[in-house]
Amino acid sequence: MKYLKVEKRLVTPVWFSGVIPIFAIILALLTGAVFLNFMGVSPVKAYLSMFKASLGDAYGLTETIVKAIPLAMAGVAVALSFKMLIWNIGAEGQIFMGSLATAAAVRYFFVDQPFIMFWIMFISASVAGGLWAAFAGYLKARWNVNEIITTLMLNYIALHLIDFFVYGPWRDPASLGFPMTAPFPDAARLPLFGDTRIHLGLFIAIFLAIFFWALLKWTRWGYEIRVIGENPRAATFAGINYLRNAVIIMFISGAIAGLAGMCEIAGLQGRLQHAASAGYGYTAIIVAWLGRLNPLAVLFVAFIIGSLLVGGDTLQIVMRLPLSSILVLQGLLLFFVLGGEFFRRYRIRFIKRGDN
Amino acid sequence: MEILIPILAAAVRSGTPILYATLGEIITEKAGILNLGLEGIMLVGAYTGFSVTYKTGNPWIGVIAAFIIGTMMATIHAFISITLKGNQVVSGLALTMFGTGASSLLGRSYIGFTIKGLNKIPLPLLSDIPILGPVLFNNDALIYVSFVLVVILYMFFVRTRNGLYLRAVGDNPRAADAMGINVDRTRYIYTLIGGGIVAIGGAYMSIAYTKMWAELMTAGRGWIAVALVIFAIWNPFRAALGAYLFGGVEAFQLRLQAAGTSIPTPLLMMLPYILTISVLFFISVSQGKGILFGAPSSLGQPFFREERD
Amino acid sequence: MEKVISAPPLIHMENITKEFAGVVANRNIDFDVKRGEVHALLGENGAGKSTLMNILYGLYRPDKGHVCIDGKSVSFSSPKDAIASGIGMVHQHFMLIPSQTVWENMILGLEGLPQILPRKEIHQKIIDISEQYGLEVDPDAKIWQLSIGEQQRVAILQMLYRRARVLILDEPTAVLTPQESLHLFKTIRQMTAEGHGIVFISHKLDEVLSLSDRITILRKGEKTGTVQTQNTSKEQLAELMMGRKVTFTVARKSIAPGKDILKTDNITVLGERGLPTVKNISIAVKEREILGLAGIAGNGQQELCEALAGLRPLKEGRIFIENEEMTHRSPKQYIDRGIRYIPADRKGTGLVPNMDVKENSILKKYWNKPVAKGPMIDWKAVFTHAMNLVKKYSVSTPSMETPVKNLSGGNLQKLMLGRELCDAPKALIAVHPTWGLDVAATHFVREQLLEERDRGAAIFLVSEDLEELLSLSDRLAVIFKGEIMGILNHPEEATPELIGLMMAGTPLSSIKKGAK
Repeated sequence: MKYLKVEKRLVTPVWFSGVIPIFAIILALLTGAVFLNFMGVSPVKAYLSMFKASLGDAYGLTETIVKAIPLAMAGVAVALSFKMLIWNIGAEGQIFMGSLATAAAVRYFFVDQPFIMFWIMFISASVAGGLWAAFAGYLKARWNVNEIITTLMLNYIALHLIDFFVYGPWRDPASLGFPMTAPFPDAARLPLFGDTRIHLGLFIAIFLAIFFWALLKWTRWGYEIRVIGENPRAATFAGINYLRNAVIIMFISGAIAGLAGMCEIAGLQGRLQHAASAGYGYTAIIVAWLGRLNPLAVLFVAFIIGSLLVGGDTLQIVMRLPLSSILVLQGLLLFFVLGGEFFRRYRIRFIKRGDN
Repeated sequence: MEILIPILAAAVRSGTPILYATLGEIITEKAGILNLGLEGIMLVGAYTGFSVTYKTGNPWIGVIAAFIIGTMMATIHAFISITLKGNQVVSGLALTMFGTGASSLLGRSYIGFTIKGLNKIPLPLLSDIPILGPVLFNNDALIYVSFVLVVILYMFFVRTRNGLYLRAVGDNPRAADAMGINVDRTRYIYTLIGGGIVAIGGAYMSIAYTKMWAELMTAGRGWIAVALVIFAIWNPFRAALGAYLFGGVEAFQLRLQAAGTSIPTPLLMMLPYILTISVLFFISVSQGKGILFGAPSSLGQPFFREERD
Repeated sequence: MEKVISAPPLIHMENITKEFAGVVANRNIDFDVKRGEVHALLGENGAGKSTLMNILYGLYRPDKGHVCIDGKSVSFSSPKDAIASGIGMVHQHFMLIPSQTVWENMILGLEGLPQILPRKEIHQKIIDISEQYGLEVDPDAKIWQLSIGEQQRVAILQMLYRRARVLILDEPTAVLTPQESLHLFKTIRQMTAEGHGIVFISHKLDEVLSLSDRITILRKGEKTGTVQTQNTSKEQLAELMMGRKVTFTVARKSIAPGKDILKTDNITVLGERGLPTVKNISIAVKEREILGLAGIAGNGQQELCEALAGLRPLKEGRIFIENEEMTHRSPKQYIDRGIRYIPADRKGTGLVPNMDVKENSILKKYWNKPVAKGPMIDWKAVFTHAMNLVKKYSVSTPSMETPVKNLSGGNLQKLMLGRELCDAPKALIAVHPTWGLDVAATHFVREQLLEERDRGAAIFLVSEDLEELLSLSDRLAVIFKGEIMGILNHPEEATPELIGLMMAGTPLSSIKKGAK
């Protein structure tokens, strides 16, 4: 009689970390192809146009980078909180609050000096995003209020808060009724690279990734964060204060996400508008997870997912599919990554049950 | 008091999709599995219910189809959580993404269509009771089914053999396993059933509530349901209370908008989400740090028999 | 016990082999149980006793070998099959649902019950069986409300309810007072009289000798012998258990204790559910002494130790370290003042399983020099520190980068011990420090504790092993329901009965009064 035996692995080969995401992407694309086919859309046509758009030419590459910037920043934000086992699903709302605060800064604290204005926006966005997240973090650490739900609810609240302003008091009279503010003055815009749309946010993203990677690896505080995430009870035992760390990490997480928001509207869009569900905050979860919560890996994954999103835009324009259809691929990708993780922790052996 | 009746009635109707989703998730969580994919399941359920009803002309076939699709979606999550022992939070999120995208993609050809859907069926005698009558007993059949479901689930959990075994699996899977209960199979069964019921909640929205399909039409109700499970302390009756409370807020907000209030719409739209946070806050504070009596103790943790210390 | 039973065995396990992730837990073991006999399964912690019985009970499947019931070969895929064949097991951690009632737990997993549970019938059956075997329980009580001894009765009844013919008891006396153990033995005799076969897993030689008809000894996964109890001796068993003639005792020098190091003044501490689990305790652990704490698990030891380590706030009272008040200080401040704590569950609280050896070695000193350089960690210094630790405490590990979850229990304990002791602490709180360790490691740990005491540390030792407490403690306190029943200044002169009485709730003062 034969049967399958599932065993825990003692050691996971290092190359697993690289191979599994690749396999996951391939499997996700294949499954997505089946799905598309089932709906009468040619998967070959779809994927080709996606690939061409995102990686096929220089313009596509820059667009990929443009999308990768907020993904990388939000990805680092999410990775930091996940590392402490705090499930910050609210990156989306924290991005919104960052953009809201930036728009407020431009409107009420404008200084016609790019360097100063940059820092005013920087501080506003990070504080707004940080507080938005720290609120949920405090509730969790102090009273064990489920942070998944609170951060998520805060996303919807932030979304409507922006709507309140862009449909109401901040609406640009020249915009013919569309929900958006007036375009920002030049001093409030982030510098661009040549005539691409890539903005200063690229440096900010790279800097943040490296900074926090180093922090986790080499500082005392990074060690504390990792201990809390790996074994909360041992952390208490070592005298590490959970409440304080939870609130601070959530603040930082929200602040980084808020900065992503700032970059999006000060660097890319140039105005605040109705948030047509850019979804970066949710996609960042995939980025963080695929990058196994390592800020450096997040940079690379953000690029890959960025290309996926650019491809998704193409699907919408060229093949007239709804924007949220790219979520199907993202969901599939996560499924396969989760499946792959099984093989990191366990292995399967065939056992022949004989008698001696 | 008379003025309240239409609002209360609207609260019941508006709360019903959330109620189905909450009840479905209670079943799943009682087995120890955390399924955060409710929003995705509800949306796919709404699409399936609508499209099948449209094609067949029979809303009940639509409901059944939604249930089946719901169980299929829950199967993915069950496989990852139970067999692959994966991270249940991330798996649920993936399910939500997948369901949201799939429903938008599939539903694009149904935008703007309407169906007859389900009609109100006033119950004889019962609908004449003052106040309770028009509020509870002048509704469509799916709402009546939800009433029955609340009672059946409660009796099931507390009085029946299988309900006891289910609770055992959620509270102490190791003990249940040692007594011969098949933990994995139990978790699969109830995750699937729970998912199916959640999908019915979505189907209710498109078949009975709005009688149309629109992208992202559930607007976060799936997430509110996850919160309500905690508020309900995994009790079906409290779940109904919570669901109708939310329905009431939504009904109230809609009425204010219709009455042309000066309060800007976006602020009104925030109410359900603010309420959710408040409700969660009060429950968590009152229950004390870290211990939620009534919560299945093994919630969210994978079970593996050959664990060696 | 004089019986030699000649009927064919109820169960027979042949040539059983079982492996876990590279470790052979059972190798070629034969084992059988006859009607009406108590067959003891003896061995140290980690010898493979529980594994063997888990195979019999259907929780594990053997890699080789087979099981015969009443002469027929069977293959269990889950406990359901084992139960159906008449096998029952009472685990060390009872398989009970705390939030549910006795009667609900009794029928868990039973086949053939109607959906609407027939409460009255079930109640009656429980009462009938409990009367038959002398195991009193209240069917409507919730498990969390019962004492450990009462819970064990429910666990035994669970199996009798299912008509188990063979009952496996896994270290049942670990959680009982001496008096409760006697009561259990009475129950066991009652069960054998009724024809049941009993497997009694234990590592305690005295119990095994007094209770069993046959004894099978396991060592490191292999069977070293099966003997008739009447024909064997403690020395022979010890040799079979450990492979060589061993001296059990550690030499405890007599030393005069010094000043109070760690002192509590009338402290009350709240437990997980917000109820007081430590009530009005005033004790002092002195320099150069080991103060032992005896008591049944769950009587407040955990919370008391956490309070002493600064990990649990006091509801009332005060704590002092060398006369400095520490009542509202943070855990880090306790650590900085020289308090170290070895908790009961090493993988759960004391170590971070996924982190490697060197990262775990600095858990209590990462904020101090030389490991810390300002806000950064000097990983070179960490590596050196870890190397020294591993060498001094003979921790067997492939490298400093090995995740500690891959280390064996004994090495984990040595690592943790080393980490806690490496700074010559002023006071050490040690909870079950030798639990689950083999003889060599146990001996090592006990010697280290005595060395630290000789050097001048104040040691607070909590253990469920009375033998260990008696051999190591200079003074012995007994705790019951959060209160100290008494402190014995010469514990080696106390009888087990006296200690047992205190463990069951009789204050020392009343016993002394009674004796007069």
